[in-house]
This record gives sequence, C-alpha cells and structure tokens, in this order.
Amino acid sequence: MPRRTVYEAKVEFVQILDEDGGFDEKLGKDLISDEQVVALYEHMVTCRELDEIAFKLQRSGRMGTFPQNKGQEAAAIGTAHALIKGTDWLVPCYRENAALFMHGLPMHYILLHWMGDERGNEIPPGVNITPLCIPIGTHMLHAAGIAYASKLRNEGRVVATFFGDGATSEGDFHEAMNFASVFQAPIVFLCQNNQWAISVPRESQTASETFAQKAIAYGMPGTQVDGNDLFGVYKVVKEAVDRARDGGGPSLIEAVTYRLGDHTTADDARRYRDQAELDAWLAKDPLIRLRKYLETNDLWDDQMQTELDEKAKVIVREVVKTAEGIESPATEDLFNYTFANLPDGIITQRDTLRTASIGQNPAQIGLRTQRQNA
Amino acid sequence: MANLTLVQSINLALAQEMEADDSIVLLGEDIGINGGVFRVTDGLQKRFGNDRVIDTPLAESGIMGFSVGLAMAGMKPIPEIQFEGFLGPAYDQLVNHAARFRTRTRGALTVPLTVRVPVGGGIHAPELHSDSPEAIYAHHPGLKVVMPATPYDAKGLLISAIRDPDPVVFFEPKRVYRSFREEVPEDEYTIEIGKAKVVSEGTDLTVVTWGASLFQCLEALDELPEDISVELIDLRSIYPFDAEAIIESVRKTGRCVVVHEAPLTAGFGAEISSQIQEHCFLYLEAPVQRVAGFDTVMPYYKLELDYLPEAPRIKSAIEECMAY
Ligand SMILES: Cc1ncc(C[n+]2csc(CCOP(=O)(O)OP(=O)(O)O)c2C)c(N)n1
Ligand SMILES: [Mg+2]
Repeated sequence: MPRRTVYEAKVEFVQILDEDGGFDEKLGKDLISDEQVVALYEHMVTCRELDEIAFKLQRSGRMGTFPQNKGQEAAAIGTAHALIKGTDWLVPCYRENAALFMHGLPMHYILLHWMGDERGNEIPPGVNITPLCIPIGTHMLHAAGIAYASKLRNEGRVVATFFGDGATSEGDFHEAMNFASVFQAPIVFLCQNNQWAISVPRESQTASETFAQKAIAYGMPGTQVDGNDLFGVYKVVKEAVDRARDGGGPSLIEAVTYRLGDHTTADDARRYRDQAELDAWLAKDPLIRLRKYLETNDLWDDQMQTELDEKAKVIVREVVKTAEGIESPATEDLFNYTFANLPDGIITQRDTLRTASIGQNPAQIGLRTQRQNA
Repeated sequence: MANLTLVQSINLALAQEMEADDSIVLLGEDIGINGGVFRVTDGLQKRFGNDRVIDTPLAESGIMGFSVGLAMAGMKPIPEIQFEGFLGPAYDQLVNHAARFRTRTRGALTVPLTVRVPVGGGIHAPELHSDSPEAIYAHHPGLKVVMPATPYDAKGLLISAIRDPDPVVFFEPKRVYRSFREEVPEDEYTIEIGKAKVVSEGTDLTVVTWGASLFQCLEALDELPEDISVELIDLRSIYPFDAEAIIESVRKTGRCVVVHEAPLTAGFGAEISSQIQEHCFLYLEAPVQRVAGFDTVMPYYKLELDYLPEAPRIKSAIEECMAY
C-alpha cells in the first residue's frame, strides 16, 4: 500500500484596507458605497464613545463590571453590515455591541445589562438577537440550532455568532461546529481573535497556527481576515452569508484583532501583557484606519470629525441618562419570569418575600403557646 | 501568626502544601501570571514554576477531566474553576468520573483532587457569578464538599482537603474573600472535614449556616433582643456534615433556623431539617425554619440583596420561631 495524501487544505488571509490606509482596489472596489462607509464610521465612533463612557461609569461606581469592546469595532460592524436586519440573527458573546445596535438593540440596553438589570436582556420584538452570553462558548450551539430552524422552515435566515479565541477551547464550540456542518445549517461562526482570553495569550490557547483552520476538521470553509479592516471583514462575511443563504452551509471566519482595553473593568492587563504589544496594536486601531481611508478619498475632514465627536457625546449622554433614569426593578420581578405558570411555592415566596414557613404564614405565631394553655 | 484575608490564607495553605508535596499541581484559567481573577494563586507560578501552576486553555471539562487523569497517575491536582457558574462543563467529569473511580475500581484507581471554586453572591458580579450549588455536589456520592467562612477555617480545611484521598469540592465564598482579616497561624494545621464549629453558644435557638451567610447571621444576632440566647453553628463541611453537632445543639435549644444562600427547595437546609426531625422530634418547640434564597434564578445584581438571606430576614425568622 503506498502512502498518499488524503487531504490537503489551505487557509486564506484577507485584507483590503491596511493599517496605513492602503486599499486593495481589486478586492475592495464598490464593495461598500461611500455613503455607507461614512455612516459605518460614524457608528464606529459613537460606539467607541459609549465604550469609553461605560468604562468611566464603572470607575465612578455607577455601573458594575464592564468588558470594553474598544479596538474590535470593525469586526462587529463589518459582520453586522453583511446581514439583513430583521431577517438574520445575531447570537453574540459580549464584545460586539456595535453589531447589536445595528440590528436594533437600543444602546441603553447594554448599559442596563452591566448595571445588573435584567431588563437589558429584554430584546424588543422583531430584533433577532439573543442576549449577551456569559458562559463562554455555550451560545454557538444555540446559533446552530436557530440556523437549522431557518433551514427546516425554509425561511432564508442566516445566523452569525460571535465568540473569542478563548471560546474555541470549550467543547461546546466543537460541538456547535460539528452540528452546524453535519446539518448544513446556514450560519457564520465569527471568531474574534483578540489575542487574549483574560490573561491567557493566543499561543497558550491553541497549538494551531490559526483559528480559521479549525474549520477544516469540521468540513467547512475557514478564512482568516484582518479584523480591524472593515472592508475585509465585510467581504469575507458577506461571501459566507451568501453561501449560507444559498444552501452552502456554515463557515468559520477568524477576525484577527486586538483587545485594546483590559479584559473587563475587573481586570488589570498590565499584570500580564507588555505595553509595547499594546502600543503596536493601538496603531492598528480600526477607527484610525477608517478615518485615513475616508480622508484619502475626500469623504472626511477635521470639521466633520469635530462635529461627529460632539454628536457622539450627545447621543451617549442621552443613552446614559435613559439607562440611569429607569427606576430600579420591582422585587417581584425576581419571581415573575421564572415560569410561564408559577408553581404555588414560588407564588407564596413572592407574596410573602419569605422562605421560612412561619414567616410565610404568621397565623402560626402563638400556636404552641395556645395549645399548651388549652 | 499573621493577620490574613480569606484570599491570603488560601494562598498560604496552597504554598505550604506545594512546598511539602511536589506531586501537587495547580491548574485553571488565569491562575498563573495573573494569580487568578481573585488573586488567590498570586505569586505561586513565579515561586513554583509553570509546570506546577498551569494556565490551561479555556475549558472546564478539560480542566476537570485532565485533573482526574493526573490524580489517577499519582499527582495531586488542585484545579480551579473560575466561578461556580462555570462548573457546568466540568460537571460530567466531576460527578461521573472523579466521584466514581474509587467505587468502580474497588479502590484500584483513586482521584485525590481538590477543586477550588469561588461561590455565592453579594459582590455585584455579572450573571452566573453568584450562585450557590453546594447541595448539587453534596448530593453526589463520592464527593466531599466544604465551604469555609473564615480565613482560619479556610487554611485548615484546605490542607485537609488536599491531603484527603478522595475528591473534595472546596467552595470559597467570594463575599468573604477580602471582607475581613483574622489571625492565621503560620504553621500548617488541619481542620477535620465533617466537623462543624460552634461560633457562639446559646440556649433558646440554634442557627445553622455556612459560607458568607455566617456574617448575615452574626448581624442578625446583633440586632436581636438581649433575652434571646442563640447558638450559632457554622457547618463548614457540607458533606460529610456534622449532624451530631446540630442534633446535640437542637436537643438543647428545641428550635432551629437554617440559613443558606442557595434556593430553598432541595437546598442543603432540607437535609438538615430532616435530620433534626428524625433525631430531635420530641425536643422540638417549633418547626425548623429555613431562611434561604428563593426558588428563582439568581437575579442580576440590582435585585441580589432582595434574593439573598440578609440579616433582617434571618432576624424575623428567629423571632417568629421563638414566638411560635
Ligand atoms: C464557561 C466559562 N468559563 C470561564 C469564564 C470566565 N471568563 C470570562 S471571559 C473569559 C475569557 C474569554 O476569552 P475569549 O473567548 O478570547 O473572549 P474575549 O474576552 O477575549 O473577548 C473567561 C475565562 C466564563 N465566563 N465562562
Ligand atoms: Mg479573546
């Protein structure tokens, strides 16, 4: 028996707008209209403002732990732009707020969530988004299920699910990839490889050269893209979305990006990563890059930037006001959403706010004394 | 003696045991250079090296199953699960493997591991960072479960857990991590797993609790009228647990209030209440009262203090039990 190669695979890297503002005309021409690029840039700046303000809210004790999104906006926005709002689904983790807003999540919901208020998860009707997902890696299976439901009912919906580099180590990631592929579900797995999972660097997370190549083992295409390049992300996601919608099944995309902030406000990245590394990535900030592009193409100037910065501040100030203006939830809320039909035990607990039996039924007080006297 | 927080006393116990026994390895997410998200393992990687303090990939089933293998091969792994809410993926390995190897192999293969898990609410944490699943693990034969509430107990119990020949789930109440300091002996000492501690003696009513609720109970006791004499028991070990200490106390007082953060129904208070009913029936002056979390999903933090058994709710239960 001869030895022979039974499988060979290649993984592509895509970049259209590089960090110096250089643009690959062949790949990027007419990909996104000028008007749209400007609108997406404006959204990016507004989301960055929200992110910075959220950080400050936490620092001043007005909000709980918050995971900053900064630096990863192009991956979120490029992906969201490739999907049809109201038709397709977004199944997020927690570092793609910009995508959620584009698909209809009110901005103050994100603040509410991190302010410890479940109403931040009460997704408005018609908005096809699942709530932020705290247990890492678990939601990609939901995404695969949602996608398969679309296929079963022939609805033409595509699902995009976001997750980090760390999440690819969880068993659920592998199960989601396998299910999606076995059932040819219309889904795009969007791995935001931001180089870190809290303090664990990408090299310690996997011995694979890329995350994209993990697709190959599951029988789906895997592509690596510069995650700080809005055009590149949009292009590869759009291709994957179109393929999924046409019955071509799932894809994995690795967006190579960087977490410019700490893991969350509870973290201090200086404990484990070099300033030099951070500095190098600060120069690759998707915001800087996109602005360069706009300026090169005479779509933007300093005056417009000043106006946008002001506008973003006003929008975010309003969002914070809305979130902070909402009255505290009623204690009853704690009980009311546990089941469609509350069991008696929970109803009693709700109505008495007690678990102890005498507290739930104070008529028992004095029973023993009465009996002794009788 | 040093004046230590819970975090520091656990760190000290880990360091001393690692010094004494080179088969001990720590493994978990962010426990190395970062020292754990609560800094419990701070400095240990630097001191004992990357081979003994291992930052793993992000996978709890991996951490637990890998630890089971290490343990069967003669190591003493101390895995950390970053928060109790992420025990989910580790559950299968812990319950279906760690807990059962001794039985399945009639003692030929054993799993002497200690899994450390921050537990409980009250720190304004995000979702799934505030639960109290101790009863779930106590319900699984083959696992020991402990939850110290003080720095002193934490050191002694952790050393016992590490030296125990069987798997121990070591819950660390995060609300207590830095809430106070106490004197902790520098020398190594053990506290027997399965032994409760009488925190204060009394004659009218017994309060049984564990974990961070101990401090809510102390607060409630402070608020009580002088003429109610309460015996306060910190259970410390959930399984095996000190039924004897409880029975002895309730036979004396005739009344008992059990306090825990976990939901009421099928919480460990139910087991305690049942033991009291079986062993103290004719001594009882009032039905055993349970002050617990509600039978709901642990809410986001805006409502967490409404959910948790805080001091006022405990105080009411004690007074009502007295007035029955
Ligand atoms: C199942 C589970 N384990 C552990 C954690 C704690 N945790 C929260 S975020 C995180 C790292 C996630 O890294 P990655 O997937 O790369 O996403 P990133 O935060 O970098 O966006 C960890 C370990 C968790 N939330 N869920
Ligand atoms: Mg990451």
